[in-house]
Amino acid sequence: MMTFIWVSLILILLSMLGLMYRVYKGPSIPDRLIALDAIGILIISATALLAIIFDTKFFIEVILLIAIMAFIGTVSFSKFIEKGEIIERDRNR
Amino acid sequence: MKTNDVILQTTTKVVFFIIFLFSIHIFFAGHYTPGGGFVGGLLTTGALLLLLLAFDLKTVRKALPFNFLIVVALGLLIALLTSAWPMLFNEPFLTHAFGDYDLPFLGESSLHTATLFDLGVYLVVVGAGMTMIQTIGGDT
Repeated sequence: MMTFIWVSLILILLSMLGLMYRVYKGPSIPDRLIALDAIGILIISATALLAIIFDTKFFIEVILLIAIMAFIGTVSFSKFIEKGEIIERDRNR
Repeated sequence: MKTNDVILQTTTKVVFFIIFLFSIHIFFAGHYTPGGGFVGGLLTTGALLLLLLAFDLKTVRKALPFNFLIVVALGLLIALLTSAWPMLFNEPFLTHAFGDYDLPFLGESSLHTATLFDLGVYLVVVGAGMTMIQTIGGDT
């Protein structure tokens, strides 16, 4: 069972390397943004596997926190790409 | 050109309460598990930041009509009062008291005055974060 978890951790690291290549080489900014979002998801799964390896349940809150932060970061950056400003002063004007 | 953000706004209306409840949980779980006032305050600031992203600064100011500098001052006042309160009973500064109480609905629970100090930290973090975000994001 532990071998299975280590193998999946190594697979996650390899796919993180592939996404790093997309962040480095992405032709447009949305490519890099989506790659960063997917790296956040991979960090979540790596944290879950590390929680199994270390045999602790204290990492569960870290998982939720990384998910929330990745969501807020992606939303704010895509709003910056779309509109050029992140927080508007008055939308109904 | 008016943009149509109905998906973002509807998602925000659901996700905001999830993040807010999670921050409250992390705030109260700080004594026995990871968490505490600082992370809880940062998560509440993140939830309010999500509201600011989906709606605009004026709407959020109308929904939450606080001056967040006053929230910072209130948090510092709570922390100072809870740490200075034992000096009235000939105890050193920052002495905390705790005890087991039988609450009506929650059953037997252990209450600690460090939670009140943590509430001060929480209010300071929320107030400082929201002041920075509103000051930088507004009035360009």
